[in-house]
Amino acid sequence: MDAIVQHYISENGTLDIDAWREHLDFTFVCFWGLTIIDNSAGSTCLAIEMVPVTGHCTKVPRNVNIEKLRNGYLFPEISVREFKHIQKYPDAKLISLGIGDTTEPIPEVVTSAMSEALRKAIVEMFYRDVGVKDTEVFVSDGAQSDISRLQLLLGSNVTMAVQDPSFPESVGYVAMGLKFIVDDKFQAYIDSSVIIGQTSKFQEETGKYGNIEYMKCGPENNFFPDLSATSRTDVIFFCSPNNPTGYAASREQLKKLVKFARENGSIIIYDSAYAAYITDDSPRSIFEVPGAREVAIEVSSFSKFAGFTGVRLGWTVVPEELLFSNGFPVIKDFDRIVCTCFNGASNIAQAGGLACLSSEGYMAVRAVVEYYKENAKILVDTFTSLGLMVYGGNNAPYVWVHFPGLRSWDVFNEVLEKTHIITVPGRGFGPGGEEYIRVGVFGGREYILEASRRLKKLFD
Amino acid sequence: MILAIFCEAFKTKVSRNANMAKLQAGYLFPEIARRRATHLLKYPDAQVISLGIGDTTEPIPEVITSAMAKRSHALTTLEGYSGYGAEQGEKQLRAAIASTFYGDLGIEEGDIFVSDGAKCDISRLQVLFGSNVTMAVQDPSYPAYVDSSVIMGQTGLFQKDFEKYGNIEYMRCTPENGFFPDLSSVSRTDVIFFCSPNNPTGIAATREQLTRLVKFAKDNGSIIVYDSAYAMYMSDDSPRSIFEIPGAKEVAIETSSFSKYAGFTGVRLGWTVVPKELLFSDGFSVAKDFNRIVCTCFNGASNIAQAGGLACLSPEGLKGMRDVIGFYKENTEIIMDTFNSLGFNVYGGKNAPYVWVHFPGRSSWDVFAEILEKTHVVTTPGSGFGPGGEGFIRVSAFGHRGNVLEASKRIKQLYK
Repeated sequence: MDAIVQHYISENGTLDIDAWREHLDFTFVCFWGLTIIDNSAGSTCLAIEMVPVTGHCTKVPRNVNIEKLRNGYLFPEISVREFKHIQKYPDAKLISLGIGDTTEPIPEVVTSAMSEALRKAIVEMFYRDVGVKDTEVFVSDGAQSDISRLQLLLGSNVTMAVQDPSFPESVGYVAMGLKFIVDDKFQAYIDSSVIIGQTSKFQEETGKYGNIEYMKCGPENNFFPDLSATSRTDVIFFCSPNNPTGYAASREQLKKLVKFARENGSIIIYDSAYAAYITDDSPRSIFEVPGAREVAIEVSSFSKFAGFTGVRLGWTVVPEELLFSNGFPVIKDFDRIVCTCFNGASNIAQAGGLACLSSEGYMAVRAVVEYYKENAKILVDTFTSLGLMVYGGNNAPYVWVHFPGLRSWDVFNEVLEKTHIITVPGRGFGPGGEEYIRVGVFGGREYILEASRRLKKLFD
Repeated sequence: MILAIFCEAFKTKVSRNANMAKLQAGYLFPEIARRRATHLLKYPDAQVISLGIGDTTEPIPEVITSAMAKRSHALTTLEGYSGYGAEQGEKQLRAAIASTFYGDLGIEEGDIFVSDGAKCDISRLQVLFGSNVTMAVQDPSYPAYVDSSVIMGQTGLFQKDFEKYGNIEYMRCTPENGFFPDLSSVSRTDVIFFCSPNNPTGIAATREQLTRLVKFAKDNGSIIVYDSAYAMYMSDDSPRSIFEIPGAKEVAIETSSFSKYAGFTGVRLGWTVVPKELLFSDGFSVAKDFNRIVCTCFNGASNIAQAGGLACLSPEGLKGMRDVIGFYKENTEIIMDTFNSLGFNVYGGKNAPYVWVHFPGRSSWDVFAEILEKTHVVTTPGSGFGPGGEGFIRVSAFGHRGNVLEASKRIKQLYK
């Protein structure tokens, strides 16, 4: 249950609609009214009543790029539906496999340590055999901030490509402050691109922003884009293991990607936040691929590796060999951005990060990762036993379940209505996600087992 | 770091961001750190004392660190574990900031955006404004305002003759104008950065001056970005918040920080206030867009830092912060007395932990180098803060008492 919505739910389980509205009203700064309406198609929409603007307006024009952001009158449907569901079934023990937020506590050894050379530890733990230097590692407060700083570095005159699915449909931030159930990071690729001015307007018909290359990933192409059909862009965002599909690209596939980038003179921004979840021998870092140092930046995070979603710690690797077209090293400019626009990750978070990479700490956080992976296995088995096509779960904390011919929102609704389980409709990740639902594996074991029981009953 | 680019090196076809190319040298403070390091190589036994980079030195009060330790340990328990938080900050902390600093000014919890510090906030505000706005800064001023503006593409090229970037309005602040710009000669810009108490001059604007500034912004339809990071250092009754000025909510954003109050320069915690009344030219709410930026480009301040922040604002925490601030203010007095006794014209110091010393006719980098070379004391050259800083040195008052006394002794020796 979304933490913000939860705040407005009183002890007897009713939502203080007025208080919640007031909270939302702020979004519209006192002059917009909100009405939650149901339409017969099953989607929940927000009607916005507009009230004339009074008061002083500055003469500062609004940033046109922010204007392009999908401001839709769509609402974070899932939070609303979750709430309404609770209203309808007050005694239901709701299980949320929606939000991609970690649940298990951080091991003791990690929370009680002192801080030191985190960069060196990161290199030693993750990049020992691939030649990354500690001077190429930039510690941050997480991937979302890093992606934004990378966009600032690149500026508005570059083009970019993203995997599809890998981003939620821009449901917009109409209800400010409400948590989105999809991984914010993935919103960050597209939205940060829009904000910086790299894209043109959102096109309703296609569900896509202009000037972004969307690289379709599905079972039909083994969840790896057909690069021969992909136009050249300056930057390619690539997330592996992938959210939401859970697919980890193979060594062969990443070689092709690096070759493609090299031939096109593009820069890959490789998001390896879920590398710790890999079970097989898929590459954990893009730098395992020869030649990647001249074409790739890698972003990673302690969030899903160590439960640091609230603590805030991550890193970005910018190899010295990575050069702009005029020969200028990218690392130099990124360093400047980091010095000008940032002041470092919290020293306490860094101390925790260092403890994560100590031998005791690493074993402890790995145990939590294994715990989540066990959850994944249970869910994969559950869906498989029901005869459904299941992807992911093996190398990532997400299970991607296919319901051919069905609308993902319909499946979401049915699952919620009948089993009181929150999932994420694949359509929320882009046109490529239709017919799928994403099931997260974060949660206590009992929850996961209970969820499995209910799902088996439903689909039997 | 690669210093030589060989022709055979593989180059991507991605153009370097032209805005980055406009930036001059390195950001000021890493540059100072570099010079300090070089100096240490030259004089390995020197007892270098740094009154340069404005970094706090005194420990954080116990009540605050215990709260952070407690929150840290709670993360190891099921009940106490928390994951992603609201990007705008934890409710309790936002409420405490609103009531502690803006209690009777009509600023509420919902107007507060908790962050990982003012520098990051400034950058996010620039992303919010975009490249098509013009800005004004005080001259001299904290370099992040100008540099972030350059990076965003709001400025023209650096003009070496003037030591200024094209398309920025530099509002000269000097002893002659009481360190408050002559607004009648300032061109209209969309955004006005204003820091008070000021870094580097240490001057706090008066109520009357700020009233003029708010009027100026209102008349011009501009937005003031008011940096109040040193407000708690004030000794007199100058305004601590821009929102003390009537009408400011329609024209100003305020940014502040726990860095200099609680020694949180490494812990990373600050906040920005965006009033509901602040609107773009089309009536759209600035707070709404800022919220979008915060949700897209940020993921909240560390939960542990926020727990510390909440403890800072408890009665015991506030007392602890005031004690530390008091300590630094005593340092400031020592430094002011030192330079005054040597016959220098000394500014600031009363309302901020910075002393602004005039060396008329001299290059500030030369004075910086002279002081470093001869006394092993690091200061900050005024020109690093803009052309208006030329001829001045900023001496920061953060340091252990012993070091501050020793530095004073050495400076007295040098300039007696």
